[in-house]
Amino acid sequence: MPAAPLLELDNLSTHYVSAQGTRVVRAVDEVSLRLNAGETLGIVGESGSGKSTLALTIMRVLPPAARIVSGRMLLEGADLVQKSETEMEHIRGKRIAMILQDPMMSLNPLFTIGDQVAEPIRVHEGERRATAWSRARELLRAVRIPSPETRLTQYPHEMSGGMRQRIVGAIGISCEPRLLIADEPTTSLDLTIQAQYLKLLHDLQQAHGLALIFITHNLGIVAKMCDQLAVMYAGRVVESGPVSRIFNAPAHPYTRALLNSIPRMTDSDQRLVAIDGQPPDLSALPPGCSFAPRCPQAMPRCRDAPPPPFAPEEGRVARCWLVEPAAVGGDFRVASGAG
Amino acid sequence: MRQYVIRRVGYCLLSLFLLSLTIFFFVRVTGDPATLLVEPGASDADIAAIHHHFGLDQPLWTQYGLFVWSLAHGDLGQSFYYQTPVMELYLQRLPNSLLLAFVAMALSLLIGIPSGILASVRVGGFWDGFGKLFSLLGLSLPSFLVGLLLILVFSVYLGWLPSSGAGGPLHLIMPAFALGWYFAASHMRLTRSSMLDVLGSEYIKLARLKGLPQSLVIAKHAFKNALIPVLTLAGINLVIMVNVAVVVEVVFAWPGIGRLLYEGITFRDFPIVQGVVILGGAMIVIVNLFVDILYAVIDPRIRLES
Amino acid sequence: MSTPADVIRLPTPAPPRFSAIRALRLGDVPMVPLAILGVIALVAVFANQLAPHNPEIGSLTARFKPPFWVKGGSTEYLLGTDQLGRDVLSRLIFGARVSMVVGFTAVFFAGIVGTILGIVSGYLGGWVDQVIMRITDTWLALPALMFAIFLASIVGPSMWNIVIILGLVYWTRYARVIRGEVLSLKEREFVRLAIVAGCSKLTIMRRHILPNVINSAVVLGTLMLGVVIITEATLSFLGVGVPPPEPAWGLMLSDGKQGLMVGYWWLTVFPGGCIVLMVLSANLLGDWLRVKFDPQLRQL
Repeated sequence: MPAAPLLELDNLSTHYVSAQGTRVVRAVDEVSLRLNAGETLGIVGESGSGKSTLALTIMRVLPPAARIVSGRMLLEGADLVQKSETEMEHIRGKRIAMILQDPMMSLNPLFTIGDQVAEPIRVHEGERRATAWSRARELLRAVRIPSPETRLTQYPHEMSGGMRQRIVGAIGISCEPRLLIADEPTTSLDLTIQAQYLKLLHDLQQAHGLALIFITHNLGIVAKMCDQLAVMYAGRVVESGPVSRIFNAPAHPYTRALLNSIPRMTDSDQRLVAIDGQPPDLSALPPGCSFAPRCPQAMPRCRDAPPPPFAPEEGRVARCWLVEPAAVGGDFRVASGAG
Repeated sequence: MRQYVIRRVGYCLLSLFLLSLTIFFFVRVTGDPATLLVEPGASDADIAAIHHHFGLDQPLWTQYGLFVWSLAHGDLGQSFYYQTPVMELYLQRLPNSLLLAFVAMALSLLIGIPSGILASVRVGGFWDGFGKLFSLLGLSLPSFLVGLLLILVFSVYLGWLPSSGAGGPLHLIMPAFALGWYFAASHMRLTRSSMLDVLGSEYIKLARLKGLPQSLVIAKHAFKNALIPVLTLAGINLVIMVNVAVVVEVVFAWPGIGRLLYEGITFRDFPIVQGVVILGGAMIVIVNLFVDILYAVIDPRIRLES
Repeated sequence: MSTPADVIRLPTPAPPRFSAIRALRLGDVPMVPLAILGVIALVAVFANQLAPHNPEIGSLTARFKPPFWVKGGSTEYLLGTDQLGRDVLSRLIFGARVSMVVGFTAVFFAGIVGTILGIVSGYLGGWVDQVIMRITDTWLALPALMFAIFLASIVGPSMWNIVIILGLVYWTRYARVIRGEVLSLKEREFVRLAIVAGCSKLTIMRRHILPNVINSAVVLGTLMLGVVIITEATLSFLGVGVPPPEPAWGLMLSDGKQGLMVGYWWLTVFPGGCIVLMVLSANLLGDWLRVKFDPQLRQL
């Protein structure tokens, strides 16, 4: 395993504070993760679990009401939390890039495709228009858009959904970032297009040595694309580790429930298993474990105190009292941020 | 698209019809319109002649028909004072009002749009507070008062600018500013809210994620999108400006159609008053039609709504 | 290096900053505009007691006197006199009466007509709706000022004529908004229940719809007050509003224009200031009411 991780999140917390300072929503709560170069990390959770806010936190493109209240984000050793806005502008798009969910909304309707793809190249690398446009053309070719030459002068509303998402992908890789964050990139695509798009992302990753953070609620995609997995619930990472290990032996009851709720073709006579209850209100979290109200294995202890991150095995973390080593008062190892 | 245009033209014609009906109705509602349509101090013979000329002894429908007929032919009657057809007077003065309105519009956009943008960029900041104050003052200070105060400061105390008439560009500054004042505040408000809408959109988020500097995000990506509703409003406001310029033209003795209207009131020259109002209303209705059609040309989604 | 804007190290949220505007409030009510309007109302009511001189009769020996703190002024005429030797302060005081009466009555009148027609148009629909809406659209297309001038030139100037004219010109604004509300109210449960229970249309409109739109009508009323006052002042300035010798502020501005070029600033600044104060207060109050009563009305 390479020595230093590409990206390391250490106890990161992002809160939304209401105007009067009365309501605090703990959107991201003490998240620790580690990502190495070239790896793919999947972040999974229900809507409201904080996955998108986490992505925006890493990019430092938060809405005005949100604040990073604690923690560090180390990109190749440098803490992004400490960087000024200007320094972040140099990092965004160039060293870390992000793809958003809805390509129709993320492309500016009044500017041509060529303009929007060439833009980061011109801004970050100072290229002249002609050079940037020919690079844009190559990028469109790289994301497998037919006849890129004509596309450059067209507008977003003239493209299909799948093509728009590829264009957004092209924008993402245009300056050869080390890390690409994809926030539910296939959710708004047709099923048939999804598979093609995932293959594209995978190939791009191989070709450019990109690390990829894939945010999704679809465990199937995680199984196909990701090396590592982090499961989020109510703003916290409740379980993280290698995908295969977690799928084989999930440690946290929420992960287990998620895996169980995937309908399988093989057991057709079983009912669909849903998870009881609703996701919690992030401004009024219960004391103790946030999942306890919905957890089939909840113990009295779970309602008293939130579980710290434990290590069920080497390289895995789970925030669950069930995972705590059995010896009470014995010395248990609390994993510190290893993912 | 054709359907849309036909419908809009239909509405336009209907509005023009209702406008003429309204004018017709009100002129007759208070009694004998002959007293209005005749010079003050006219003899009985003159009044009888007017009755005959306008067919006032005929049934209302015929009268209305005659009225619309002459309107359609551009015959708005004749001014007592000037002894010239009202239409001629109107067309003579119209360019002056248009000039004033254009300059006032330019000023209002030059002031309104940048301040609206600045107010939207940092909500709750200094410019936003300034914008709110400006907006309030724009609504609370009538244009003629602004004009009078400008004269006080710049003509009487400082002696820099001429206080009346239409000479060179120096004569244009104060009236244009007074006229544009209210609209500057209105454009500022709209720019601000339009920018706020745009700044919350996904493509702005992506622009920031691309690492574009904040100034570029605003100047390039947000600006163009936010401007669309503002320019549409500006187009309609231009015509409104021409028509409400009457007080400003009076304060500065600017020889436009507003001043003509004022003369009509002061000299009790009713044909002028009626003519200016009808033409003003018609102008607004027709320009609205053009703006609607232009909008459909620009935005393909509008055409589909039929 | 200072901490970037989106990062804070404090576990507690920052305390609300001191705001001058907030300091001027008692509870939530904006005291200053309310106080100003209150003072103007009191002045209007007690004009006879408060005014030092007769506003309509002047002394020709005391023409164009400046305010008392300027050389040439005297404390007998605190704010100076106009071209006929009339005391400016007294005229301002009586002018408050004109503005208040015309402003409130016109708004009230326009409100009643507009609300009723809005309810009828929205609830009954059909051709009634079409007719009322077409008229509304047409009248809205014509700038209020033009329309008012036109009507004023037909009937001739008088205070009550102006009230009626302003009412006629501005009811359309109410009708539009109220009709919109009625359209959405129509679909609500309690209206449907009333229909099923056999209530007549009139009863439903009176007992169910009306109380629910009063809110919007009141808010719109306060917002319109400023507009109406400005229009009245404009009309008076042009000579088609409240006629002399009634001391309307707009009329004072018109008279004052003669003296402007020779520097008799008090004839413009004081009446102008009164207009601005009144309209500003009305607008501030209207804004506050709008936000308080129903955030949905923000688009007004």
